[in-house]
Amino acid sequence: MQPIESSTITEEEEKKPGRFSRMFITLYEVYAFIARFFKEVFVPPYEWKEVLRQCYEIGYRSALLISTTGFITGIVFTKQSRPSLAEFGATSWLPSLVGIALLRTLAPLLTGLIAAGKVGSSIGAELGSMRVTEQIDAMEVSATNPFKFLVSTRVLASTITIPILTFYTAIVGLLGGLLNVSVSESTSAKLYFQASLEQITFLDITASTIKAILFGFTIGIVGCYQGYNSKKGTEGVGKAANSAVVIAMFLIFIEEVVSVQFFGLFRS
Amino acid sequence: MIEKPLTKTNIEKVIEIKGLNKSFGNYHVLRGVDLNLYRGENLVVLGKSGTGKSVLIKIIIGLLTPDAGLVNVLGNTVDQISYKELLALRLKVGFSFQNSALYDSMTVRQNLEFPLVRNQKDLTRAEVNNAVEETLEAVGLLSTINQMPSELSGGQRKRIGIARTLILRPEIMLYDEPTAGLDPITCLEINSLINEVQERFKTSSIVITHDLTCAKAVGNRVAMLLDGQFQRQGTFEEVFDTNDERVKPFYDYNFIK
Repeated sequence: MQPIESSTITEEEEKKPGRFSRMFITLYEVYAFIARFFKEVFVPPYEWKEVLRQCYEIGYRSALLISTTGFITGIVFTKQSRPSLAEFGATSWLPSLVGIALLRTLAPLLTGLIAAGKVGSSIGAELGSMRVTEQIDAMEVSATNPFKFLVSTRVLASTITIPILTFYTAIVGLLGGLLNVSVSESTSAKLYFQASLEQITFLDITASTIKAILFGFTIGIVGCYQGYNSKKGTEGVGKAANSAVVIAMFLIFIEEVVSVQFFGLFRS
Repeated sequence: MIEKPLTKTNIEKVIEIKGLNKSFGNYHVLRGVDLNLYRGENLVVLGKSGTGKSVLIKIIIGLLTPDAGLVNVLGNTVDQISYKELLALRLKVGFSFQNSALYDSMTVRQNLEFPLVRNQKDLTRAEVNNAVEETLEAVGLLSTINQMPSELSGGQRKRIGIARTLILRPEIMLYDEPTAGLDPITCLEINSLINEVQERFKTSSIVITHDLTCAKAVGNRVAMLLDGQFQRQGTFEEVFDTNDERVKPFYDYNFIK
């Protein structure tokens, strides 16, 4: 390779896009990545076997952590809410409050954040490592479409699995609440569940499902984008895993705020 | 120096490159490269690190796009065909990576099965097993069939990498630094394997290397990349019969003069 003269480097640096331009370039790249996902996912051949494997991986990887966190959240939320309700003599509303809080916000948000940490980082690191060790190139040269096999399957699996995990978290959280209620009051499990679920509407379930689908898609697409476009060797793998978590969590909070406002319109 | 095909009967060009340019920013790696690969020959591409040898074969397989010039592989202009046509072309061109690039979450068997089952969906389980075992036998590593890539030595990984490309029975093989990082004995084994592949599978190959022992052992023809162009092409002896200060140190270092 020819040595580069210092004057040429300066010229090159001058040509580099600025921070503002770079932001738009990245936005375009993300848009192109998402557009490619939708293009690939609906065009045969379909990778159902790999999608199912990824669903299992995502569910299996997160199940224990989600069970523990969901259960503890149920206990803590019930315990913390009781004194406030007791002030107004409304402890009988506690199961309804737990049910609504879990289904509307806590379960989707908790599942999304845990999955962003556990699944998003794993996808980012796995694809990043495959990129830097040329395994993605190896797939490409063996006439396999790596985007379809690696990205489409993971994003789809994450979009399918996170809503399932969300409802699982809600159930486990309700069980945590039940434990607290059983210890503090003499409420039966049947009565507790009846009270918890009677205030839940079809809109609550629909809103939670849509939110969870959105969170799952976000976690998958961010993890895959960061990993698939990973650069600079092992340092790049670490960065990909880290960015996958940070960006996904940030976007999940934004989506939560937007969806609360949006579904609020239907409630009023 | 004018390039000559191996024999007068073998003059069919399987790869034809004309005026190829490739830059990365201000790094002008390839500057008007002209090169032909003839059917049945092993062409060794020599050059210093960073001269664009790997870039050249990545352009041939369509992993990188050229800035200018023509790259014709088996009658297809690589940067002008559709993605679908490129995938079809890649079935005929095997690529052996410098670090083998084995799928580390899969066993050796799964590594070999992967390209086969995805590209030949009508094969039965028995046919897939036969193809895997036959190809592993060809590289002398049938015993590793159920091992993970992390359990293999560097030489074994290279062989499995070559086997994974051979399972699709390519017409052209592109080897990126096949002996890099290996001990001399393993290098000799890899050199023999490259020659065996040429004979048994009737492949035409481009071997990227800066190992002159490898170049001498496997190359029917040698091309040396200097200042972004192939300025010397011919037999091994022809290329190194020179006082060019850019070429001589290669020979002197490799053969300890």
